[in-house]
Amino acid sequence: MREQLLRIIEKNSRIDLKELAVILGVEEAAIIEELQKCEAEGVICGYHTMIDWDKVGVEKVSALIEVRVTPQRGQGFDKIAERIYKYPEVNAVYLISGGYDLLVSLEGKTLREVSAFVSDKLSTLETVISTATHFILKKYKDHGTILEKKYEDTREKVTP
Amino acid sequence: MRNPLAERVVDIPFSGIRKFFDIVSEMPEAISLGVGEPDFDTPWHIRDEGIYSLEKGRTFYTSNSGLKELRQEIANYMKRRQNLEYDAMKEVLITVGGSEAIDIGMRVMLNPGEEVLIPQPSYVSYEPCVTLAGGVPVIIDLKQENEFRLTAQELLDAITEKTKILVLPFPNNPTGAILEERDLQEIAKVCVEKDIFVMSDEIYAELTYKERHISIAQMPGMKERTILINGFSKAYAMTGWRLGYACGPAAVIEQMLKVHQYAIMCAPTTSQYAAVEALKNGDEDVREMREAYNQRRRYLVHAFREMGLECFEPFGAFYIFPSIQEFGMTSDEFATRFLMEEKVAVVPGTAFGACGEGFLRISYAYSLENLKVAIGRFQHFVERLRKEKGSTKGQ
Repeated sequence: MREQLLRIIEKNSRIDLKELAVILGVEEAAIIEELQKCEAEGVICGYHTMIDWDKVGVEKVSALIEVRVTPQRGQGFDKIAERIYKYPEVNAVYLISGGYDLLVSLEGKTLREVSAFVSDKLSTLETVISTATHFILKKYKDHGTILEKKYEDTREKVTP
Repeated sequence: MRNPLAERVVDIPFSGIRKFFDIVSEMPEAISLGVGEPDFDTPWHIRDEGIYSLEKGRTFYTSNSGLKELRQEIANYMKRRQNLEYDAMKEVLITVGGSEAIDIGMRVMLNPGEEVLIPQPSYVSYEPCVTLAGGVPVIIDLKQENEFRLTAQELLDAITEKTKILVLPFPNNPTGAILEERDLQEIAKVCVEKDIFVMSDEIYAELTYKERHISIAQMPGMKERTILINGFSKAYAMTGWRLGYACGPAAVIEQMLKVHQYAIMCAPTTSQYAAVEALKNGDEDVREMREAYNQRRRYLVHAFREMGLECFEPFGAFYIFPSIQEFGMTSDEFATRFLMEEKVAVVPGTAFGACGEGFLRISYAYSLENLKVAIGRFQHFVERLRKEKGSTKGQ
């Protein structure tokens, strides 16, 4: 049940508990218990809402920054990653295989703000060797959801 | 001028679904629970393979029986999913949907006057296909108290010395009924004893919500007397690609190939390339879609029971078949009023045979969000009808 439960709430965390119980064919109490377990175990890390800020008219700039760093003895990349992810404007930090080390996803109000973060905060960290900043021009799909297209049912309404 | 038409054809009535189709198409604001096809798009990797085949210029006929690679994948699939071994070269034919396989299967097997047993409620095309092939359709009325399964006794009662074929439409459209191993064993025994062939329409084989689907062909002595029909429409959400197949004894498939060759040439080439990808890498897609259908199924069964409507729990396809007998209306009256008053299209059970009277086919090939809206209206309608009747039944 856990995997199915998680798959559903990953897409719709607002789903009614009674309804969850019905569609999974189990008791509501079992759902509540399982959710609590998942929260306690850190399997469920939060309940967020996906927002297309473009449509709100709030200016936001997102960027992906490739960061090359010198790993530190005894701590590998973890220490430097931590120093980066503690900034609240940083959305995500991943350790990446290949041509660079860390991929940092960043959100700011303006281009200037993001640039300032990169030049003032990120590049000046002593283990950072270089950065390459990619500004996101348009989001087509995020978190498995296509942002532009709306589902349209083009089937004939009655078929055998 | 002489009448240009053949009586044999004119005498066949149009499908009962057509009437509703005509009304609904004049009502753009109506929502529907009336479709017989998946709501999912064909998984992208499958579509992409179709597109790629077009880009590469694979726009010619394939061999009459279909791409060798596809037939081989079908044979692999049958082995993998149902432990059935078919010779990809001689025992598999790619057709234009399962529908074509039904049609040509009847045509190659029936001599004039031979009888075909058709359990109903069931898909609309068996009866006309039998008639067009010169056979005589004999209807077996399935019963709700048996969860619309076919019983060995019902089968025995319908057999005459002219009986040649039994159509086995499970998992069933429109009832959602399935047959389990125990049912199949008993039916198989009768078929072997009475020397009857089976046309097993297993187009919904991947969509069962209890045990994994079992084919009648897996029963002892049955593979050599079963034409197994399946396709890509329901499992892989590929209805518009028009691609199905038949597996069966080489002697039957060979004759089907002959009719297919003269009537059709070959199934659509683009679809065949896409289908290879579906069988190679589509298991996970099917699993996900099945799970989504299952959630909606549970939701609907629950909703109808809450409403106090009699409804057996269906374990196959994507239909639920509630009874509306308490309202004292025919299925047709109920469906028409429901459409006019609540703007929701459903299909009356009678579209699938006279014994569907008193039932509706509700499809759950819709998102949960859409189902909720439609069921809300259904509940509203049912409450009004009960008030009209002054009935106290239900809640």
